[in-house]
Amino acid sequence: MTDIFKDIEPMVYKSQINVPYSWWAGKTASKFFTELKENKKIMGTKCDKCSKVYVPPRKICPFCFKENQAWVELSDEGILLSYTIVRKQLASLPKKVPVIYGLIKLDGADTGLLHFIDEVLPKDIKIGMRLKACFLEERAGKIQDIGYFKPIN
Amino acid sequence: MENAAIIGIGMTKIEANKVRETFADMVWEAVNKALNDAQMTINDIDNIITTSNDFWDGRTISCMAVGDASGARNKNVSCVEGDGTFGAFYGLTRVLSGSYGTTLVTAHSKGSESISSLITNAAFDPIYDRSLGMDMITACAMQATAYMYRTGTTSKQIAQVSVKNHGNAKNNPMSQLPMDITVEDVLNSEMISDPLHKLDCSPVSDGCCAIIIANKDRALKYNDKPVWIKGVSFCSDSYFLGDRDLSKAASLTKATNAAYKMAGINNPKDEIQVAELYDAFTYQELMWLEAMGLCDDGKGSELLENKYFDIGGKLPVNPSGGLLSGHPVIAAGLIRIAEIVKQLRGEAGKYQVHGAKLGVAQGVNGLAGQSHCVWVLGKEK
Repeated sequence: MTDIFKDIEPMVYKSQINVPYSWWAGKTASKFFTELKENKKIMGTKCDKCSKVYVPPRKICPFCFKENQAWVELSDEGILLSYTIVRKQLASLPKKVPVIYGLIKLDGADTGLLHFIDEVLPKDIKIGMRLKACFLEERAGKIQDIGYFKPIN
Repeated sequence: MENAAIIGIGMTKIEANKVRETFADMVWEAVNKALNDAQMTINDIDNIITTSNDFWDGRTISCMAVGDASGARNKNVSCVEGDGTFGAFYGLTRVLSGSYGTTLVTAHSKGSESISSLITNAAFDPIYDRSLGMDMITACAMQATAYMYRTGTTSKQIAQVSVKNHGNAKNNPMSQLPMDITVEDVLNSEMISDPLHKLDCSPVSDGCCAIIIANKDRALKYNDKPVWIKGVSFCSDSYFLGDRDLSKAASLTKATNAAYKMAGINNPKDEIQVAELYDAFTYQELMWLEAMGLCDDGKGSELLENKYFDIGGKLPVNPSGGLLSGHPVIAAGLIRIAEIVKQLRGEAGKYQVHGAKLGVAQGVNGLAGQSHCVWVLGKEK
């Protein structure tokens, strides 16, 4: 069969789906963000049954299928559970590489919090190292009110 | 379990960019290949499951876009968003319900037409962590760090998965990236996100797969090469990465144990002869093998070095070349099932595992292996 498309540039349609969303943050996240913004405090929720402390706070414990009704104030310091140093400028990155992401278990929490790590050389990053949250001066009630975590010397 | 079998498989070649084919073109090819393979016509298909993802397809209700090419008009068609193994699970349950004798399952995607990093970033929670900008690669890189730290596995060791799988792909005409490479090539390739180099990551791919599942009454009606479904299970871990022990795949262990139990397998290391696993990244092949009890925890890298997982080794893993050699998301897990079917029929050509009677296929959904679907397939009922 003759290939009628031989030597012809294929027809390609360029398009984009662009739909704005307005998500209600929910009562739990609203309290978390308000405390970050107003008081530079990191709050977690505690499961009524297993006492596990979640940060970012969740209304429901996925392990017990129970509500987490108690609020707990957490330290702004913790240990590094895992990390990656991004070297390639992937499309989702909000800033220039290298970007360091860490999973940080704050003192008093039972889960890890995802965030940026900065003020550290890539070669000095180690699982288990202690880190501290650095709050921005201008805060807007977002996860980025913590600019990043940095090592505690 | 009540007997059911896979009686037809069809897949397109996996390619970096099928610029001359639409989603429907790919589905049409895979469905017709599966029907021919099963010696059936579309009239023999009682119901259809299509598997797709709206973000990858760039359209809402994407499952409906391939209905015509799947022969779904005037039939009961339903859809699954996620990996093809989960679509196949739904298709199997429809057969086992007794309402349908046969199910056609399709799964497709064209990674070439969009930007995977933006799509997988959207899998993160929009309130808490999406705006940090992580995606599938960075989430899995973080998992690789945790796994390698816990088990002592090195970059050099995980690189050998890439060497093995790209090498296996040289015998598979459907694969995208057959390559002769060395461990040094992997370690010298561009560092994407520590510890994952470019050659530790699967490529962006286009492709489609279709399979036909039949109940025991219909399984022998059309051809004489049914592959029997011995055990199937899936299990999900919690959603937030920080809620899990990222260095372990607890949900995979649970799903696998349930599937083995259903299949009557007591000693998987000795009873299973071939595995096709979801190796989206090199470290994952080792991590999944260990979580599935196919080798001891933390010992995968050592066995790999001793050629245990090579074609011709004790347990060949991804003899087709795996996802490292071609990764059309959504279709990826269904291709793993189809590859095990080929092996058990003795139709895998140059990458045939001799004497394979029992094999296992695995699919993954969610960030860093949140959810796993495991299929144990057998040559004999």
